[in-house]
Amino acid sequence: MKTVEEIKSVIEAAIPGAAVEIVPNPGPSGQHSLRIAPSHALAVAKFLRDDEELKLDYLSNVTGVDWPDALEAVYHLYSVEKKHGPVVIRLRTGNRTDQVELPSLTPIWRSAEFQEREIFDLYGIVFTGHPDLRRLLMWEEFKDHPMRRDYVAPDDFEYEPTAHDEVLKRAEAHKAAMAGKLAEAST
Amino acid sequence: MSLLTEKPAGWNRPALIAPSGDGELLEVAMGPHHPSTHGVFRMDVALDGERVVRLRPVFGYLHRNHEKIAEGQSYLASMPFTDRLDYICPMTNNWAYALAVEKLVGQEVPERAEYLRVIVGELTRFQNHASSIGFLIQEMGASGTPLMYAFREREKILDLFEELTGARMMVNYMRFGGCRVDASVAWLEKTRKVVAGLGGFVDEFERLLATNEILMVRTQGVGVLSAELAVNAGVTGPMLRASGVNYDIRKVDAYGIYNRFKFRVPLGDHGDVYDRFMIRLLEMRESIVILEQALKDIPAGPVMSATAKIRGFRPKPGEAYGRIEAPKGELGFYLISDGGPNPYRYRVRPPSLINLTVLEDMCLGHDVADVVLIFGSVDIVLGEVDR
Repeated sequence: MKTVEEIKSVIEAAIPGAAVEIVPNPGPSGQHSLRIAPSHALAVAKFLRDDEELKLDYLSNVTGVDWPDALEAVYHLYSVEKKHGPVVIRLRTGNRTDQVELPSLTPIWRSAEFQEREIFDLYGIVFTGHPDLRRLLMWEEFKDHPMRRDYVAPDDFEYEPTAHDEVLKRAEAHKAAMAGKLAEAST
Repeated sequence: MSLLTEKPAGWNRPALIAPSGDGELLEVAMGPHHPSTHGVFRMDVALDGERVVRLRPVFGYLHRNHEKIAEGQSYLASMPFTDRLDYICPMTNNWAYALAVEKLVGQEVPERAEYLRVIVGELTRFQNHASSIGFLIQEMGASGTPLMYAFREREKILDLFEELTGARMMVNYMRFGGCRVDASVAWLEKTRKVVAGLGGFVDEFERLLATNEILMVRTQGVGVLSAELAVNAGVTGPMLRASGVNYDIRKVDAYGIYNRFKFRVPLGDHGDVYDRFMIRLLEMRESIVILEQALKDIPAGPVMSATAKIRGFRPKPGEAYGRIEAPKGELGFYLISDGGPNPYRYRVRPPSLINLTVLEDMCLGHDVADVVLIFGSVDIVLGEVDR
């Protein structure tokens, strides 16, 4: 298995102009990662999958991360054929508000399909080129992105975008009427 | 958005099967409350007569944002929560999480604890595969008998878990750097007795089912998954190996002490439902082989590492991805620490969800009754799919 430095140099040799940056991991796990410019992400991903020596044919895990200045998608790659890994690559958005687009890697590894949908749902990263980018876990009418660190939970968890409000109102009216009847009965 | 009117999706999808044109397509919502869905899960299927021409899984009915909850509490406080992910296999969930945190902080685990983890992990695999086969046969219409046979064995294993940890399912057994409680001599003896009986159960189960004509007709050649698609779609576990791909994380990573045990990795030829069923049966036999070795070799000693920190547990900044071969596939935890008492990011890589990526590919062109079988052969638990 190559080190991250070696992988960085083979990527840069194969894809001119690909800006690859090593993100060192200070912890004891020693899983360093490579940050790739979103503009070259698809080409780099294709190279990593098809390269004879790396053959990273298996994308295991896609994680969304909310940093103070940007959103990030982290991809953990393994090779089923060569039985090595993980190689960790990271894609970073421009900011957290209006530049939240990243290229989807689903065309390269289909295992990203549901996981990128989940990140779109919970973090709000828009994966361009994804074939079916819809919310995965929250319902379609839901507006916010609950995994973001500044997400404010609703006061009323009972709220659902259904006829629920109406039901609650009817319940209140029923309660009031019952209270009146009880008061009558006790006098 | 209706399945019948929307445009067929893009490139890496199977081609939308052309309707025969004899009649109208019918859209059916299978679930969320349907006995075959193993929980609350919905499949929207478009049917041409009995034939499935489109299938769309709908998730989220059991979503409680497990990952967000874990970011708001200490590392240890998430341990009992992992029991609730795949509630059939709490022991392996514990193990995967403990392994990831141990990688994050560089924690060693004592010998005896590693052996105990292997023992409870393989018992978990055994009972998961047994009940998964039982459910599959149940969905085929054999009401009761095979499932009750499987549950009889599962009960013995759950009794062992109860005696060891105090709980049958929500075990909360592992800690970062070992296990919560030690196993007594009597427990190990009882486990040896139970394991000695498991082989007979597998024989009986195999005689009962493997050459059953109805089972063979219903499952052979149904829901075929090619090896290339399986790897590309990140399918793991028995499903991947049934497609003939030799990838078992117990062998590849040799995490814990798995390199000390002799066992084989069964592989399938056709990648159909029958192969998935057979692989599980064969893996149960291999689990027994591992259990026998582990129960023979288990050394005396502590079950918690002396260097393990319980109070004031604050990993140094860094990140780690730890994964194990859970009964359903690759279960991984990805943790990012910023030095605080809570994880900055806590991610579960759920095998059940990712194995469902290929559900539509496997079901297209089959009858609607086969969808139930194909879905059952994926072996999912909704607690883990929706998290």
